[in-house]
Amino acid sequence: MNLIEKFKKTFFIENPVTGLLLGLCPTLAVTSSAENGIGMGLATTFVLVGSNLVVSILKNVIPNRVRIPAFIVVIATFVTIVDMGLQATFFELHKTLGLFIPLIVVNCIILGRAEAFASKNGVWDSFIDGFANGLGFTFALFILGSIREIFGSGAILGFKFWPEEYRTILVFVLAPGAFLTLGFMLVGMNKISKVLQGDK
Amino acid sequence: MAQYILLIIGAIFVNNVVFTKFLGICPYMGVSKKIDTAIGMTMAVTFVLTLAGAITYIVQNFVLVPMDITYLQTIVFILVIASLVQFVEIVMKKVAPALYKALGIFLPLITTNCAILGVAILSVQSKFNFLLTVIFSFASALGFGVALILFAGIREALDTRDVPKVFAGSPIAMIIAGILALAFMGFSGMVK
Repeated sequence: MNLIEKFKKTFFIENPVTGLLLGLCPTLAVTSSAENGIGMGLATTFVLVGSNLVVSILKNVIPNRVRIPAFIVVIATFVTIVDMGLQATFFELHKTLGLFIPLIVVNCIILGRAEAFASKNGVWDSFIDGFANGLGFTFALFILGSIREIFGSGAILGFKFWPEEYRTILVFVLAPGAFLTLGFMLVGMNKISKVLQGDK
Repeated sequence: MAQYILLIIGAIFVNNVVFTKFLGICPYMGVSKKIDTAIGMTMAVTFVLTLAGAITYIVQNFVLVPMDITYLQTIVFILVIASLVQFVEIVMKKVAPALYKALGIFLPLITTNCAILGVAILSVQSKFNFLLTVIFSFASALGFGVALILFAGIREALDTRDVPKVFAGSPIAMIIAGILALAFMGFSGMVK
């Protein structure tokens, strides 16, 4: 499988968030800053890679009829690991992401990849697939978080964007801003993916 | 009594699950194209969310806490919810076939509705007693329903409008949701 093609696909054309509209709850909820977006994205990537690996290893052991509950248990195990790991190492981030860490378990991207890809493919391919999709998700969260943070609080990752005396547009970091920004971002990403597909 | 009424109004309007807590956005976007399906989804969510709130309360306080295994909360809750949905589906098929037909495809979809797990965890974190948990779960589901049915109504009307090509489909839906969220911001501060 061509790695560059694969990453191009999961970043732009079939990006889990902007292309397939999966995992919208964490996308909207934690992107009030770029930093939270990256944190959430990487936590999800970890769970996605882990669950894809385990599911592809166990794919011949799990009976077909109980596969969905089995996948959910695997995912929930990794989510618990992330939950505890983050609490021990990045306590502040764990506090801001809060409820949305246990909720990674119902993120449809993860179950979707387990069902659609890892349960049918080899270990290495599943690893790459989990990694690529996780990074695609992180990428979308980072862009959305950056836009909202630049307009809403005037700084990104601690770097001040506007002069001190400028007033920022508060609505961007509030709930409606999340929906509005994502709406406009979808338009932009649709355009980009059209251009990329036209290249081929 | 006033406490319960405030909790209900708060959960429906002020802290609406969709617009302020961002829970259940996937079904919110997915099944809001028609008012009929929106009403079906609302009924299914109300039913399961209330039951799930009650059962997870019992599991949390009579199993997880006494055995000191609260770190298994995520795994146990999601399994409880998944089996509850299966169970409800089987029972409803036998007992109320008409209702089963009406809810039909929406039931299995509910397992991945993060509003269910989210509200269950939120009630545990807020340390509600049993009655408050049930009321809070029910009111949150109503809040989801209000948001979903309003949104479906607007999207139905949108079908006949001329939307710019790049905005057609999900982008314009997302922007409408943003405007609705702005409207719901008007309620903020009413109940704390």
